[in-house]
Amino acid sequence: MADIRNNFIGIKSPNPFWLASAPPTDKAYNVERAFKAGWGGVVWKTLGEEGPPVVNVNGPRYGAIWGADRRLLGLNNIELITDRDLQTNLREMKQVKMNWPDRALIASIMVPCVEESWKAILPLVEETRADGIELNFGCPHGMSERGMGAAVGQVPEYIEMVVRWCKQYTRMPVITKLTPNVTDVRKPARAAKAGGTDAVSLINTVNSITSVNLDTFSPEPSIDGKGSHGGYCGPAVKPMALHMVAEIARDGETRGLPISGIGGVTTWRDAAEFMALGAGNVQVCTAAMTYGFKIVQEMIAGLENWMDEKGHRSLDDIVGRATPNVTDWQYLNLNYIAKAHIDQEACIKCGRCHIACEDTSHQAITSLVDGVRHFEVMEDECVGCNLCVNVCPVEGCITMVPLEADVLDQRTGKTVSPNYANWTTHPNNPMAKVAAE
Amino acid sequence: MATGHFKDGIAGNRLAPETYADNFSDLHPPLDHHEALVEADRCYFCYDAPCMTACPTSIDIPMFIRQIATGNPLGSAKTIFDQNILGGMCARVCPTETLCEEACVREAAEGKPVQIGRLQRYSTDVAMEEEKQFYKRAASTGKRVAVIGAGPAGLAAAHRLARYGHDVTVFEAKPKSGGLNEYGIAAYKSTDDFAQAEVDYVTAIGGIDIRNDMALGRDIQLSDLVQSYDAVFLGMGLGGINALKADGEDAKGVENAVEFISVLRQTGDLAKLPIGRRVVVIGGGMTAIDAGVQSKLLGAEDVTICYRRGKEDMNASGFEQDLAAANGVTIRHWLQPKRVISHNGKVTAIELEYTAMKDGKLSGTGELLTLPADQVFKAIGQTFVSSALNGSGASIELENGRIKVDAEGHTSMAKVWAGGDCIRGGEDLTVTSVAQGRDAAESIHRAFTSNGRA
Repeated sequence: MADIRNNFIGIKSPNPFWLASAPPTDKAYNVERAFKAGWGGVVWKTLGEEGPPVVNVNGPRYGAIWGADRRLLGLNNIELITDRDLQTNLREMKQVKMNWPDRALIASIMVPCVEESWKAILPLVEETRADGIELNFGCPHGMSERGMGAAVGQVPEYIEMVVRWCKQYTRMPVITKLTPNVTDVRKPARAAKAGGTDAVSLINTVNSITSVNLDTFSPEPSIDGKGSHGGYCGPAVKPMALHMVAEIARDGETRGLPISGIGGVTTWRDAAEFMALGAGNVQVCTAAMTYGFKIVQEMIAGLENWMDEKGHRSLDDIVGRATPNVTDWQYLNLNYIAKAHIDQEACIKCGRCHIACEDTSHQAITSLVDGVRHFEVMEDECVGCNLCVNVCPVEGCITMVPLEADVLDQRTGKTVSPNYANWTTHPNNPMAKVAAE
Repeated sequence: MATGHFKDGIAGNRLAPETYADNFSDLHPPLDHHEALVEADRCYFCYDAPCMTACPTSIDIPMFIRQIATGNPLGSAKTIFDQNILGGMCARVCPTETLCEEACVREAAEGKPVQIGRLQRYSTDVAMEEEKQFYKRAASTGKRVAVIGAGPAGLAAAHRLARYGHDVTVFEAKPKSGGLNEYGIAAYKSTDDFAQAEVDYVTAIGGIDIRNDMALGRDIQLSDLVQSYDAVFLGMGLGGINALKADGEDAKGVENAVEFISVLRQTGDLAKLPIGRRVVVIGGGMTAIDAGVQSKLLGAEDVTICYRRGKEDMNASGFEQDLAAANGVTIRHWLQPKRVISHNGKVTAIELEYTAMKDGKLSGTGELLTLPADQVFKAIGQTFVSSALNGSGASIELENGRIKVDAEGHTSMAKVWAGGDCIRGGEDLTVTSVAQGRDAAESIHRAFTSNGRA
């Protein structure tokens, strides 16, 4: 049986599934329910400094996009950090940690970007016996207008400075949560590392407007006819999050820096993908907000089953396994040639492969053969782009079949080379590295 | 004395009064907004879609479904009406399981086609409830066209002609318009007086004058129409009924299924419509099923459809056969009527003979079966009655008993076109009649305007 116990920067939890800092972790009531359901850890909803708590809007906080059957694909929110009194949160955190010593409890923190503020809150949090802290440098709305959240996360110098303060004023491990609303996520990650962070977590939510009401011309969610950009999350952001996790995992400066993966994790499979790209564990929010806490049971069982099936004994066997396979375009093997192949038995003759190829790609799929509706790849035109595979409604019907070495590529009229060759040495590349004479 | 189901003979009030409304409610209830979106999302928007090819009126089905999916039901309705102005009725009565839905690639993939008929009903309902008219009548051309029959073919022809600005007079033999939509379809397929609502919707374009109770050969003559109109479209359907060719078929209680359905459709209080305790329907088409199922729904205790060939030979679709079975109607095959047995002039039973294929020919085996029956419905096909047509003046050429037309719907007589069930090659479907009426109208318009040019 696979062992899915998680040890993330020394913080232990029975499984790698944590709830991200968000409404599901706002108070003891929710967190108790989450732990009962089986979650390995929680990052408590972001604490602010002492004083009058923040206020939220009193209209809608969330917007969404859906599939046809109202399956929630993407969620956006304009909720701020906790709007509960700091002392109440601290008291509850302490009690919950006492009740659930085997679970991870992390405090998310966001206070003004001045040393005194961080110095003041850290001992209070430490007193709760929380396992660590997460610095919320990601929240893209509201708080960022006050110089916090993403306003810090978008300035690497600030990140480094605040992380340094935290490492100075607390013994607790520090996780730095990064915003995706930057052009190159490696820069803030490098800054966090330079400041001494123990780990990074990403992604926070993406700046977004989910939709526009075409009757009122108000963005959604609409508060009295106006809208503000919110943070986008859920299944729709997963591909962007995977990319950012991979970039940090393979960057020369941050390689080896522990990562807590966040962004649209909905199933065990999503979690396994994040971990394969280098995340030591994952944090979940939208899936829980959509379906409730019970989903963690599917995640645990699914991950265990997959690991058993593949012979992975512990999480260490899978974390980072896909990272070395992420490379730059210029290093992709240009001698790898694949052609689409349509399984005629499986084909239902919808013709989508044909029209996609005909109208928008390479005119490489027939629609009629001898006057009969028939969809077949013309290998002499197929560039192997995979569009037909992606638009085909039947899974497994169209596959990309690599050409064997020394076989003739009918499109180019050349035989397939058995050797790896990439753009850096390609004759068409004016910057090609020419071998020394 | 036995009451309800078990009352002998032909009687009304077999069911509790409130049961009738339930029994004759919509066979396929309309999709609500969310159901329509979910179902529309199942459409793959196929290239050169097979469903579209299978539709006799060539509706752009993937497009109208995509318009539903994108929240544009009115645009969707226009896509449908562009090809088929009776798209609302066709959505209800088309045997989609043998047309568009049979061709749907999801039928091939998983045996569950997109519910095209119900989606078509969804958008046409939206447009018709809003009384949205998509077409404006062109300025009057002064050309006058006589249309015989206000059924699907005649209405489709009239609408298309009116769009072009021609003045259309429709002569309808019955007191109400709609043809078989009004008189000939099972009540649970066209509820809430939809046929009349559709007639109103189609004629709202203007330029269509319907004259009811005007029968060709009785009140009007073709020879006169040809004189006084610029063109004539014949869309009068089938007026005759095939005989059982069984001894004693003139007994009381032996009735035409078509007539029974027609009376049922015009009956306000169905409890008052008498039905036999034991009903036998002879035939294997849609009419047989409609008569059998509706007999059962009226409270007949026992309904048996007898067909002289096998299950696979039945004209009724598999869906219709299942519908009959689900309603408790028994379908028996390889039986042909031999003799109606009666007492005091009233039918009491029917004697049938088993049949078999012998040397490629259907023949009786000699073995007999007697089924008790208070009522026997004949549903063994209708025939075209040509006497009205050729009663006077020049005659129109027939072929296999129906009017012969060319590819454009033109008959052998100058200025006369025909379409619908009365022509040779019709499939006796509402949707094919609509296509033929529409296409004949296009042909008439071309003739008026020398290939479309005014």
